[in-house]
Amino acid sequence: MGNESKAMIAFTVNGESAEVAFAPHKMLLEVLREDLGLTGTKHGCELGECGTCTVLLDGTPVLSCLVLGLACAGHDVGTVEGMASAGKLHPLQETFADLGAAQCGYCTPAFLLTAQALLAGNPQPTRDEIKDALAGNLCRCTGYIKIYEAVELAAARMRGESAEPTRESLYGA
Amino acid sequence: MARKPSDRRIIGTALRKIDAVAKVTGTTRFADDLAFPRMLYCKLLRATHPHARVVSIDASAARALDGVQAVLTGKDLPIPFGILPVSQDEHALCVDKVRFIGDPVAAVAATSEETATAALDRITVAYEPLRSFDSAEAAVANPEPRIHDYGDSGNLHKLIDLEFGDAAAGIAEGDVVREDLFFFEGNTHLPMEQHAAVAVWSPDGKLTLWSSTQTPHYVHRALAKVLELPPARVRVIATPNGGGFGGKSDPFNHEIAVAKLAMLTGRPVKITLTREEVFYCHRGRHPTLMWVRTGVKKSGAITGMHFRSLLDGGAYGSYGVASTYYTGALQTVTYNIPRYHFQGARAFTNKAPCGPKRGHGTPQPRFALEVHVDKIAEQLGLDPAELRLRTLVPPNSLTANYLRVGSMGLGRCIEKVIAGSEWKKRFRQLPEGRGVGLACSSYISGAGLPIYWNNMPHSGVQLKCDRSGGVTVFCGSTDIGQGSDSILAYIVAEILGIDPFDIAVVTADTDLTPVDLGSYSSRVTLMSGNAALQAAERARQILAVHAAKQLEVPVDRLQFADGRVFDGNDSKRGMSFADAVQAAEAAAGTVGTVGSYTPPRSAGRYRGAGVGPSPAYSYSACVAEVDVDPETGIVRVPTIWIAHDVGRSINAATVIGQVEGSIYMGLGEALMEEMAYRGNRNVVHKIPSLLEYKSPTTLEMCDVITYLVEDPDPNGPFGAKEVGQGPLLPVMPAVANAVYDAVGVRIDEVPITPEKVLKALRRKAKGEAGRVGPESFPDIPWPEPTRVPTPWEGGDGKAVEQVRA
Repeated sequence: MGNESKAMIAFTVNGESAEVAFAPHKMLLEVLREDLGLTGTKHGCELGECGTCTVLLDGTPVLSCLVLGLACAGHDVGTVEGMASAGKLHPLQETFADLGAAQCGYCTPAFLLTAQALLAGNPQPTRDEIKDALAGNLCRCTGYIKIYEAVELAAARMRGESAEPTRESLYGA
Repeated sequence: MARKPSDRRIIGTALRKIDAVAKVTGTTRFADDLAFPRMLYCKLLRATHPHARVVSIDASAARALDGVQAVLTGKDLPIPFGILPVSQDEHALCVDKVRFIGDPVAAVAATSEETATAALDRITVAYEPLRSFDSAEAAVANPEPRIHDYGDSGNLHKLIDLEFGDAAAGIAEGDVVREDLFFFEGNTHLPMEQHAAVAVWSPDGKLTLWSSTQTPHYVHRALAKVLELPPARVRVIATPNGGGFGGKSDPFNHEIAVAKLAMLTGRPVKITLTREEVFYCHRGRHPTLMWVRTGVKKSGAITGMHFRSLLDGGAYGSYGVASTYYTGALQTVTYNIPRYHFQGARAFTNKAPCGPKRGHGTPQPRFALEVHVDKIAEQLGLDPAELRLRTLVPPNSLTANYLRVGSMGLGRCIEKVIAGSEWKKRFRQLPEGRGVGLACSSYISGAGLPIYWNNMPHSGVQLKCDRSGGVTVFCGSTDIGQGSDSILAYIVAEILGIDPFDIAVVTADTDLTPVDLGSYSSRVTLMSGNAALQAAERARQILAVHAAKQLEVPVDRLQFADGRVFDGNDSKRGMSFADAVQAAEAAAGTVGTVGSYTPPRSAGRYRGAGVGPSPAYSYSACVAEVDVDPETGIVRVPTIWIAHDVGRSINAATVIGQVEGSIYMGLGEALMEEMAYRGNRNVVHKIPSLLEYKSPTTLEMCDVITYLVEDPDPNGPFGAKEVGQGPLLPVMPAVANAVYDAVGVRIDEVPITPEKVLKALRRKAKGEAGRVGPESFPDIPWPEPTRVPTPWEGGDGKAVEQVRA
């Protein structure tokens, strides 16, 4: 029990190189939360069903509860802690905060990272493309609508447009 | 000193929540994010039988395992607990019998989760199986063996019979008398965060528990009781909840187990439930069978109603007695019901315990009532919107069961969704397969009475004004994602004229914060909001007196806005808010105030009158549009129009978020969510996983058009009423009514699955009634009714004295 010898890997986490030793059966989720203290990555099932533990592996969203930590050696992992830079929020973080796209906030890191990956490949996604990209992430608070609106607003701003939330979005029809 | 409503700067505005940045940066610390040096991990061994006597437990092999620090069984925690004083029927670990598959029987603390899990396999439990019951009907039919040794009759936990006026005579006066049966399947909260708790025991005899709970005050009381600790030495801190929806409102066995293990080992102990275990915690929607008979005049006026409900409570009491009353309480606050008879029963069964889920006990009867009204309208040849508008309960009135309605914006809500959805052009006029349905609802803004009898306030706030100009609000309320911390800041900021982001909010810590009863029954904005309002007004009064002296301006002319205190007639004559605090502190010492809130006394004086009264009722109207595929039975919902009378928005964006989230959860209940069990006395949860328990993803979620109706209630802070639960209620019946409009079949139970739609369509094609739903209501040994004369019969809210035969 817990006596197996640890394995050591070197990889990149949020743009910084890291070395970490952990029991070799551990999933990336556990390595991030328990061995690197990056508790911004959450979990809802640890079975690959809810999307809550999503992180970026070489820029692609993966379920960190299903990825062996060992498999990340030499790769680049992005978590929510890496989204803001130099004390400035990422545009997605700004719009999620302004529109109330984060209610309890538990699934939020996963939605943010999935949306970030979407926008990296598709700077002007349609509503349906946003729904498709986020279909593997469950949220029980928001009904997803504020999340779509936040992604659309951030996308517009990232394209250099000076977009603001609609009145209907904040105050109703 | 009072400003006009138009002068408000913060109330009603769409603002960020004060914790929004923490949430989007992943820095919010949830319970499972906490870790302490030398921390142990707890795992619970759970029952593999639905109903069995525990003959013996042998944990010696587990105790011998390297890394295991302690093992507990039922005899270590013999004192029972439960959320309601009348249902103290739970043990942290089962003592002599188990009552559902998943009931915990032993707890292990070990140096790693893996070791703790391995230790569970080394505990041997000998069971003597008992006959088990998998439905309320089975529990009604079989009084023996009893699942609990208390309750009103056999396996019936609670029996209620309340009659307000002569309902049978009232019903007989109707031109039409309609009778219907409905069933609402159980479903669960499914918060994304799995419940977690960490306990730390200090050698000086103090226990601290961090837990993802909506009700730290009740956990505090339960810990002190079961662990026999002086309550002043127990500290409970509710961590921000990763979703609650009612599922984290009970004191839980795992919270008590980690506390006891921390006391025994002297080390911090943590537990995080697996997703499967969250399904066993449950406390979700009661499966409910309902029967309703109503008399109606041709005009649409209701002459009387008789409503029966039978709830499947699962294995324990939880909030169930209150849930049962709630299935009969709020029928009367939307449409005028002059005479009303309610009979409710709750059965114990061998399934995970049911309790309060968003809407607590009211979505089931609301589903029944709104589909029933839709059928009545059709029978009378009336538009269902018109029928409802003709029968609305007037504002500022008393219902037959003595609920005091204040502001009542349902008429405006109906008009909004009728106009927005182009109802008059679409109802009964869309092509086959497409339909629209209307339903309405109402919900409480907090309960009029506390859960345990006491005459103290329901919510308290302390306010500290710092000489820096910062203000700290202390309140026992718990933010479960709904934004209650932010509401405190907005209200204080409005009164003191400062930036809400200059306010620190300290909540949900029984050592630091005054009691608030918890985040349930949609009570927090109204109750802790009123407490915050009172504390802030008192602080403003103190600051104004000293600022007025210094500025040489009459106190009455001072205004507080934009971080300044100034003369309303000459805004240049003023000082910063920080200077005002300093002036007051210099003259009179540290500036701090308190505020508290107690709901008004309710009008009902009969036994059972405690459930239903509220300081204010919210109202909602909803139109759902559906596409029904007659080949597959699949129901798709493209759009829902919802109007909600919130009294007054404190933060419009947060209100919209609660409405959209409620629609989402209601859509899941309408179409797919169900707590399903394998029956035949095996009573295993069929689908304890997020994959198999179907909930709406982005691909199923509908568009939502939200209209906020503001009919301020004098009992709410700035007129505010609830929004967190009410908008969920009309979704299920609106979808059911829309399915009927689309394909002409009645699905009188939720969820409305493709199988049920196809079955009804097949029956209709064969010339039978195109309906799927329950066929009968079992005989229940109802007690003698408590007869309460209605207000219009000269009643005073008391029951008539009954002569026992």
